[in-house]
Amino acid sequence: MTQVSIVVNGDRHEADVEPRQLLAYFLRDQLGLKGTNIGCDTSSCGACTVLVDGESVKSCTVLAVQADGHEVTTIEGLARDGELHPVQQAFHELHGLQCGYCTPGFVMASVSLLAENPNPTEEEIREGLEGNLCRCTGYHNIVKAVELAAARGGT
Amino acid sequence: MIPAEFDYRRAGSVDEAVELLGSAEDAKLLAGGHSLIPLLRLRFARLSLLVDIGQLDELRYVRRDGDRIAIGALTRHADLAQDPVLLASCAPLADAAAHVGDPQVRHRGTIGGSVAHGDPVGDLGTILLTLDADLVVVGPDGQRLIPVGQFFTGMFQTALGPQEVLTEIRVPEIAAGTYLKFVRRAQDWATVGVAAARVDGRVQVGLTSMGATPLRAHGVEEAVAAGAAPAEAAARTAEGTEPPSDASASAEYRAHLAEVLVRRALAQV
Repeated sequence: MTQVSIVVNGDRHEADVEPRQLLAYFLRDQLGLKGTNIGCDTSSCGACTVLVDGESVKSCTVLAVQADGHEVTTIEGLARDGELHPVQQAFHELHGLQCGYCTPGFVMASVSLLAENPNPTEEEIREGLEGNLCRCTGYHNIVKAVELAAARGGT
Repeated sequence: MIPAEFDYRRAGSVDEAVELLGSAEDAKLLAGGHSLIPLLRLRFARLSLLVDIGQLDELRYVRRDGDRIAIGALTRHADLAQDPVLLASCAPLADAAAHVGDPQVRHRGTIGGSVAHGDPVGDLGTILLTLDADLVVVGPDGQRLIPVGQFFTGMFQTALGPQEVLTEIRVPEIAAGTYLKFVRRAQDWATVGVAAARVDGRVQVGLTSMGATPLRAHGVEEAVAAGAAPAEAAARTAEGTEPPSDASASAEYRAHLAEVLVRRALAQV
């Protein structure tokens, strides 16, 4: 076991983890943060996207020990004082989802995208979200939601 | 899917990493992990010890060094893609890094990890081969320089010794160059990739996914040097290649595609 100290959604967690434990499983099974979904488990679908030090990563492809000393943000950490994050609000208003399984990953990837590029073009949004797969929507409302969040200055 | 068990040590320096690599059989370095962790998870690889060098921030840099550009092995794809020195003086490398995987992969994956993995469909190895890069390697006997032409020895095989750490990559400044990557779907590996660059006045061309390692298109280079037009030179693209046939393309299609991409790339250099 290896001891790690990881700040998740603002709270520091000291924990013993097996070196082989993936960050996605640490978040879900050890911390009970089940908002991070595991889809493909092969670094393809992006459902498990979280932020490490503000940047999007696929948490099925990061070991928990690699997050030691870093700050992780999951979908549970976005809302403030009962108010949805602007990206969450935009996905809600424009129905940027159908079944919802990919949604936490899309929201986290969008937050990271807007932090790097606050005013993306439609093409930049589509390319910026290429690491996330949605099998329901055809992506149109997802892209519109990110445009709306950007227009509202939503990072 | 959960990787099989392994021991984990974090190296505080390159020298400590070299030492740790020598402390167990089947020890391997962990950088960003975006080639290695998928292999561990699918249990294609089983290791006794993972030596994590991911926190060695002194290996993250891009800087001019005489007439070369020195790149720290742990520089991430996302950083390469936006680096002002590369964008000004070695744009194809920045451009190729901008198209590795997807944004999440580029936030973690490193140039050193990607190259040391020796994947024949990796984009950066082809660029480095095309640019005649030099690789700086540190091992138990100190530092040595490996010309990239001697680095890729086979599929997932490199000239790196079991106790050696790739620390720096040196590339020339170039005035013109491009990397064209053909993919069937977003975030896919290259079906075929083609790099072309003018290095010291000579046009050099590299190929991705046309054999067990990144390859140089020597026939094309000879033809260009002899004054051939792009289409005529590109006709020699398949010489010396052994393109694979797999789910994304047949060998025949890859050979055709490579020729088309070489013709387009030559028009840009």
